[in-house]
Amino acid sequence: MSALTIRNLTKTYANGVQALKGIDLEVQKGDFFALLGPNGAGKSTTIGVVSSLVNKSGGDVSIFGHSLDTQRSQAKMKIGVVPQEFNFNQFEKVFDIVVTQAGFYGIPAPLARERAEKYLRQLGLWEKRDKQSRTLSGGMKRRLMIARALVHEPELLILDEPTAGVDIELRRSMWDFLTRINQEGKTIILTTHYLEEAESLCRNIAIIDHGTIVENTSMRALLEKLQVETFVLDLARPVETAPVLEGFDGGLRDAQTLEVAVPKTQSLNTLFVALAEQQFEVMSMRNKANRLEELFVRLVEQNLPGEKA
Amino acid sequence: MKARDQWVAFMTIVTKEIRRFTRIWPQTLLPPAITMTLYFVIFGNLIGSRIGDMGGFDYMQYIVPGLIMMSVIQNSYGNVVSSFFSTKFQHSIEEMLVSPMPPHVILTGFVVGGMVRGMLVGLIVSLLSLFFTHLSMQHLLITVTVVILTAALFALGGFINAVFANKFDDISIVPTFILTPLTYLGGVFYSIDLLPEFWRTVSLANPIVYMVNAFRYGVLGVSDVNVYASLAAICGFVVAFYLFALWLLRRGTGIRH
Repeated sequence: MSALTIRNLTKTYANGVQALKGIDLEVQKGDFFALLGPNGAGKSTTIGVVSSLVNKSGGDVSIFGHSLDTQRSQAKMKIGVVPQEFNFNQFEKVFDIVVTQAGFYGIPAPLARERAEKYLRQLGLWEKRDKQSRTLSGGMKRRLMIARALVHEPELLILDEPTAGVDIELRRSMWDFLTRINQEGKTIILTTHYLEEAESLCRNIAIIDHGTIVENTSMRALLEKLQVETFVLDLARPVETAPVLEGFDGGLRDAQTLEVAVPKTQSLNTLFVALAEQQFEVMSMRNKANRLEELFVRLVEQNLPGEKA
Repeated sequence: MKARDQWVAFMTIVTKEIRRFTRIWPQTLLPPAITMTLYFVIFGNLIGSRIGDMGGFDYMQYIVPGLIMMSVIQNSYGNVVSSFFSTKFQHSIEEMLVSPMPPHVILTGFVVGGMVRGMLVGLIVSLLSLFFTHLSMQHLLITVTVVILTAALFALGGFINAVFANKFDDISIVPTFILTPLTYLGGVFYSIDLLPEFWRTVSLANPIVYMVNAFRYGVLGVSDVNVYASLAAICGFVVAFYLFALWLLRRGTGIRH
C-alpha cells in the first residue's frame, strides 16, 4: 500500500517563483524514505504541501489513499510532521505542548496525558516536562517536536532536517529511535543535509532539484551507480614517491597519505596486492567522501540549468 | 473529524487561551482593574460629584456601565489579536494547520478564548464598581446578551486584525487609532443627547454607541438609542465578521503560503 502518493504537484509562489514543476512521488507503507536536494530545491515546499502548510498550485496528494483535497481530515490524521524550524510556543511547558497537540486531533485529555508521558519518556524528556520549552537545549527542542508529532500516533512521520544542529551522540540516539519506530511499522520520510544519515537509515530515496525529481530509486540501486569510489589510505611510513598502481588513479596527498580512485570494475584486493609488492604498508583506510555524497553532487551538477543537454 | 473530536479540539484551544491569559495575569487582568479603579475615583468621585445627574442617575452610576463595556471591548479584542498574532509570529499556528481541525473550530476557539477574557475583566470591573456605587440590574437578559455579543464581535475584530498583521506594530494600530477614539466617543462618559444635533448624528455612526447604550439600558434602564435595533445591528456585525474571518482562515490569508 502506498503511504504517500504525489501526482504532478506544482507550486508557484506569489512572487512568481516556480518551486515545484510537476513532481511525482510514491512512498510505500513501512518505508524509510529520504528526500534529498540542495537548498531551495523544493524539499520543504513538498513537505509543506503534504502537511497543509503550503497551498499547492496543482496536482494531487494522497496519504494512505485519502486525498488531501476531498478527504482532508482523514489524510491529516495519518501524518505527523516534524518541521525544520522550532514552531511551538516558547513559553508553554513541555508537557502542555504535547497534550495540547493531542487535543487538536480530538484526543481526550486523559489519553492525551498518557500518550504525552509515553513519548516524552521515550525521547528522554520526561524530566523536563514542567519546564518552559524555551529553556530546552536545541537537541531537546528537536526531540520535543518529534514527541509532539507522534502523540496522535500517525502512520506516516515526516521529518524535515530533524538532526540539524544536533550533536553526534544525540544524532545517533535519534537515529536509533527512528529506526525502532520504523521497524515497528511507521513509515518515515526524512529530508536531511547529512547524507551519511540518509545512507544509513533510508531504504529508498528521491533527489529533488530545481523543483523536479532527478532520481527516485532504492538506496542500493543508487549506490550501485557509483562508478568510482575514492579512498584515503594512511601509510605506516612516510614515502617520497607514489606507488605505481595500474588501473587506479590517485597519488600522494602528503608523505604519509595516499589517495586512490578505485573503479567499480577493480577489486580492492588488486590494489592491496600492488601496494604490498611495492613495500607500501597501509595502516588504515577510509572513504574520501560519503558514497551518497559523491552521487548527490554528481546528480545535482548534471541538473544545473546551464549544463542541461 | 467527528463532532465529538471537534468538541475536544475546540475545548483544547479555549483552555489553552485561558491558560495563556491567566499565566500572564499581571499583563492581562490587573491593568484594566487598576485603570478602571482610577476612572471610578477620578471621573466618578472627584469630577463626577461636581457634574451632578446624567440621564436621571448620579454621574458615577451613569458611567459605570460604559466603563464595564469599555473593558469588555478592549480585552476581547486585545486577547485575540495578541494571542493569534503571537501564534503566527512563533509559527505555532502550524500545530493547528497540520491537524485535522476544521477552520471554524480554530476560529471559534480563539474567539471564545477572547470572549472569556473580556467577560472576566468585565466581571472584575463590575465588582470593583460596587465599592464606589450601587448597581441594580434592570434587564438581566439584555445585559448578558449585549455583553456576550459585544465580546464576540470584538474578539472577531481582533482575529481579523491579527490575520492581516505582519509585525507587532500592526496589532496596536487599530486599538490605538480606531478602537480607543470610538470607545471614548461612544457615549461612555456622556449621553449623546447632550451633543449638538450635528455631532449627535455623527455619533450615531459609531457602533460602540449602540453597545454601550444597550448595556446601560440593561443595567440602568435608560438608553439614547433603540435597544432592540442595537441588538439586531450587533448580531448582524457578529455574523458578518465571523463569515469574513472564516473565509480568511480557509484561504490561509496571512498564515499559509
